[in-house]
Amino acid sequence: MRYLPLAEADRQEMLRAIGAGSIDDLFVDVPAAARLGGAIEGLPGHASELSVERELGALARQNLAAGEAPFFLGCGAYKHHIPASVDHLIQRGEFLTSYTPYQPEIAQGTLQALFEFQTQVARLYGCDVANASMYDGSTACWEAISMARRITRRDKTFLSAGLHPHYVSVARTMARFTGDRLDVAAPALIDGAPGDDSERLLAAIDEQTSAVVVQYPNILGHVFDLSALAERAHAKGALLIAVVTEPVALGLLRSPGEMGADIVVGEGQAIGVGLNFGGPYVGLFATREKYVRQMPGRLAGETVDADGRRGFVLTLSTREQHIRREKATSNICTNSGLCALAFSIHLTLLGEKGLRRLAEVNHDRAVAAAERLSRVDGVELVNGPFFNEFTLRLSRPARPVVRVMADKGVLGGVSLGRLFPNEPALADGLVVAVTEIVTDEDVEALAEALTETLGSENIA
Amino acid sequence: MSMNREGRPTRPEGGDAQAPATSTGNRALMLEEPLIFEMDAEHGTGVDIEPVTQSKRRLGGLERNRAIGLPGLSEPQAVRHYTRLSRQNYAIDLGLFPLGSCTMKHNPRLNEKIARLPGFADIHPLQPVDTVKGALAVIATLGEWLVTLTGMHSVAMSPKAGAHGELCGLLAIRSALEARGDAREVILVPESAHGTNPATAAFAGYRVENIPATARGRVDLDALKQRLGPDVAAVMITNPNTCGLFEPDMTAISEAVHAAGGLVYCDGANFNAIVGRVRPGDLGIDAMHINLHKTFSTPHGGGGPGSGPVVFSEALTPFAPLPFVERRGESYAVVEEESAEDHHGSTFGRMVAFHGQMGMFTRALAYILSHGADGLRQVSGDAVLNANYVLRQLDDVLDAPFGDSGPCMHEALFSDQGFADGFTTLDLAKGLIDEGFHPMTMYFPLVVHGAMLVEPTETESKAALDQFIAAMRSVAERAKSGDRSLKAAPLYAPRRRLDETLAARKPVLVYREPERAQAAE
Repeated sequence: MRYLPLAEADRQEMLRAIGAGSIDDLFVDVPAAARLGGAIEGLPGHASELSVERELGALARQNLAAGEAPFFLGCGAYKHHIPASVDHLIQRGEFLTSYTPYQPEIAQGTLQALFEFQTQVARLYGCDVANASMYDGSTACWEAISMARRITRRDKTFLSAGLHPHYVSVARTMARFTGDRLDVAAPALIDGAPGDDSERLLAAIDEQTSAVVVQYPNILGHVFDLSALAERAHAKGALLIAVVTEPVALGLLRSPGEMGADIVVGEGQAIGVGLNFGGPYVGLFATREKYVRQMPGRLAGETVDADGRRGFVLTLSTREQHIRREKATSNICTNSGLCALAFSIHLTLLGEKGLRRLAEVNHDRAVAAAERLSRVDGVELVNGPFFNEFTLRLSRPARPVVRVMADKGVLGGVSLGRLFPNEPALADGLVVAVTEIVTDEDVEALAEALTETLGSENIA
Repeated sequence: MSMNREGRPTRPEGGDAQAPATSTGNRALMLEEPLIFEMDAEHGTGVDIEPVTQSKRRLGGLERNRAIGLPGLSEPQAVRHYTRLSRQNYAIDLGLFPLGSCTMKHNPRLNEKIARLPGFADIHPLQPVDTVKGALAVIATLGEWLVTLTGMHSVAMSPKAGAHGELCGLLAIRSALEARGDAREVILVPESAHGTNPATAAFAGYRVENIPATARGRVDLDALKQRLGPDVAAVMITNPNTCGLFEPDMTAISEAVHAAGGLVYCDGANFNAIVGRVRPGDLGIDAMHINLHKTFSTPHGGGGPGSGPVVFSEALTPFAPLPFVERRGESYAVVEEESAEDHHGSTFGRMVAFHGQMGMFTRALAYILSHGADGLRQVSGDAVLNANYVLRQLDDVLDAPFGDSGPCMHEALFSDQGFADGFTTLDLAKGLIDEGFHPMTMYFPLVVHGAMLVEPTETESKAALDQFIAAMRSVAERAKSGDRSLKAAPLYAPRRRLDETLAARKPVLVYREPERAQAAE
């Protein structure tokens, strides 16, 4: 067994030192009736590296990788080009095989990287402070709702219709158990402003409101000014929570913090992490300095050592479960350290200049693609302003269209039928994301696939 | 002109042995590294991006009009920055990392390779299911292994980490109780529990009460039985427990809880000690999370990502969260909100946006297939053997509070009893750093004074253990004899002891340029 260094002679010598007859004797506390006599039956035995690689390699080949097809999926997970050095650096054993930095004297690498990450996230979101990461955007969103409740001591939260339906689903699931009251509406394909329900939200915010949650850009790609919502929320003593699922957008767009959001959370996957079929991803979480003690999650902070040299430690842990137990601000322990590192390295490679250019290229290609696709018969662009993702209204339900296009080797977007299965009014919607990886040929391939599929008589 | 034939000196010369400060602050391979924000990198970048082809904007007038303040480094600068930072970290790749209950075992590199295959790493969670058949097969196959190894009925794969798994388990329990019209308010948690247990119970809307431990470090069964009643929803038990001991009364505990109408949650953080030896399902457990980053060796990455699938008994299965993957003959289906209605109508909802930690599933499955059923049994055997060896090689110099109650499981627990006045577990830990080891878990579990929890794992050789034992003995002797130099440890790490009080009193959580920092004050 290649991963087990003990030789049989070692085992015997160690058993003698312990005074035990066999390894089995060490399990004496396990009730005899439940103790297994040998390897569990019906499961295969150990396998060589070569054969495991063969078996799993065969499964990997059954999937159509994004890089092998014209690819237009977004809705909370985006394919961007990641510089080769990012993956090289996060695979250094000192990062990959280290633990949560409980012993700061020998974890300055992780701690300094987290401190840099927190600063990058806070600046990108336009906030004072950020934490050292959450599991993903959807769980960060729920944690923000909980945090707002702790700050305002109110329990009613309005979720915008433009919030990712899976994020809504996570919040609804949790609210059932915590007693939070959530108010949410389904989005509408409003021409020029799909999913925009600012009017409803502005009218709804009142003295019982804890927070309003909006996504920017929203699930249908629409971008809009958050300032009025922030103002109204603040006038009523409520908080504005902004959710960003595509951080690259902030290279070109004003940040939610600048527009008055009190808590900004989101998914960091688009920068440095990769698609990975949904995980692991990295949740970003930022807020105002005055709320920092209500924040969930780990925080790296600056201090000095016994010689007066600058160093970093995990701090404000009196908020956390290992100190506060049932009174903690969150039950989070392990978060998403390595993904946060990947995010931070990629963002360091981009820098201000690179991020801005990347955002420009994304927007540029998306605008060109939207124009090209809206010339296809039976296709209409719903969005007014957008960043790198927009919604098309097709002449028939989009879900089967996506499936047929996949058979033609084109991964053509996310159908709203998949995201909102219970909203027939959205069935014709198709959300298309266009990043820097999309070529002109890819856009032509999608236009052609849409033309063929929409023009065809027989699709299920 | 003649050639210089003098050559260079080839033997060390005397010189003053005092180590002077260097002008850079560096000490040879120990290199100081500034923050990226201090590197004059305002205009730098390490990524070449094609220029845009048109300038038409559709941003609704929301263009950013101020700088973000993100420094950019060229690739060589970035590679050097992060490589230098990495060298200030201890890691399993460098040496024994005996952090009790965290299971720092070797991370096989095959698993990294598998997780990076484009067919796994480069697929989108919302792709049509026909294009991700292999991914669904991975999730289903790993799930089947977990169900079989635990002797349970089903598994929810989506929780993102152990604490998230705990939450998943408790929400299923609460849903099941509510479904039978029996809302209960209290979760019982042993005193020795990990802090996530009470925090999770509170997040699931429960009140938490402690159950005391016996002098042998186990749950006090009589006290538990006395407390059970119609208000107790569940008992959360860690088994093997956080003292590194198996709960021999586990079956009796489960029976008593069930008889009182409650359910049993098991914190599976320590499943690595018993995998292949006993199945939790045979001990009456209703729900248990499995930390793939512990038992199944997915890398800890400096604090995540983890992965915390939850196995369920038959009674809890209908309440499991969405989405999940089902095997249907030779193919697989993803059950999500719309398809749940037909046969998963009782699901308590959704815990995450997508399918969970796929990148951890591929790694864990590669680990499981590599070991097989026979290898996994050897894993727990060797882990327990290594811990008992450490326990018995140290229990003459360190107090082992439960050392008399028989063998331990995968971790050995010591206390600070016998240290000289003013010497603490922290001092011993910092002394170990100078000896080249990562310290054990300290001050946990709370039931032991100055606790030191040592988990060597099965991936350490006997030689590595012997070296660690010798270092522990040496540092323990210094703590017992009151060697003042131990108070100054570590002396050889990149930093000496850090002022955590200062960090918490005046939190500095982000970098501010000197002029900005001044303005903020």
